[in-house]
Amino acid sequence: MARIKVNPTRMQMSILRGRLKTATRGHKLLKDKQDELMRRFIELIRENKRLRSQVEEELKDSFNDFLLASAMMSPEMLRQALAIPKQQVRVNVERKNIMSVNIPVMDFEYSKDVEQGDIYPYGYAQTSAELDDAIDKLQEVMSRLLELAAMEKAGQLMAGEIEKTRRRVNALEYRTIPDLQETIKYNRMKLDENERATITRLMKVKEIIAKET
Amino acid sequence: MHKKVAVVGDKDSVLVFKAVGVDVFDPIEKDDIRRTVDQLARDNYGVIFITEQLAVQIPETITRYDNQMLPAIILIPSNQGTLNIGLDRIDSSVEKAVGSNIL
Repeated sequence: MARIKVNPTRMQMSILRGRLKTATRGHKLLKDKQDELMRRFIELIRENKRLRSQVEEELKDSFNDFLLASAMMSPEMLRQALAIPKQQVRVNVERKNIMSVNIPVMDFEYSKDVEQGDIYPYGYAQTSAELDDAIDKLQEVMSRLLELAAMEKAGQLMAGEIEKTRRRVNALEYRTIPDLQETIKYNRMKLDENERATITRLMKVKEIIAKET
Repeated sequence: MHKKVAVVGDKDSVLVFKAVGVDVFDPIEKDDIRRTVDQLARDNYGVIFITEQLAVQIPETITRYDNQMLPAIILIPSNQGTLNIGLDRIDSSVEKAVGSNIL
């Protein structure tokens, strides 16, 4: 461990002690933060994995129907049928702070052009039933898809924050604190040594004076 | 904050998203995909769904948005099935956070 190069004086000692105290306290706090973040992160990831497999499964269903629909209808018809959607999706994003990580909280909002009726933007005459199924299933999976989006983003952000915190904790634990401790120890020995030197010198001086008189 | 939702993918897979009100983009070339994603990120889109087939081609662009709160770029399977990159990405973020894969 490297000693910090400072003059061995009382003033420096008190400064170093202060720094050590701050570093230890910071280390404890960061360690707590890391532990809590980790706990939440693991929980989140478990849920995330489960949700993702579920959503992927449901999406596959919808895609299969759509594939059938596009096989039965001509591409132009299909495009025309879907050209002007009846509803618009917006997400309302709020910020939520978990252990100093800003994670997004998302809410779906549908703005429908037509208040009543279904969501199909076409008449039934020229489209296949599979298309209706595909859209139905997709509509159903949308809210979960958005949940997944928010969750996955939170996971990514938390992973980044945990990594940062871990590095800080390690830097304090393995570098800053031992360095400070060693420097303080060295300085204390140096100061003690100086003190002893002064005492012996004074005794010597006293001896010489006593001899002369 | 109100944000828009977009989906990027091959036309055969993602056209159906249009019906539920999501904006659909279907770039084909690699450069176009990257440009589309970057443009969407600038254009007030909060969530961008991208099919795994396209996402593999532009990994750098995807990871660049990982540390930002918005947009959330989420991989979805396409009609050719899943490549499991979505799940792999979860694993890699676990690895990033913990140092090893513990799940």
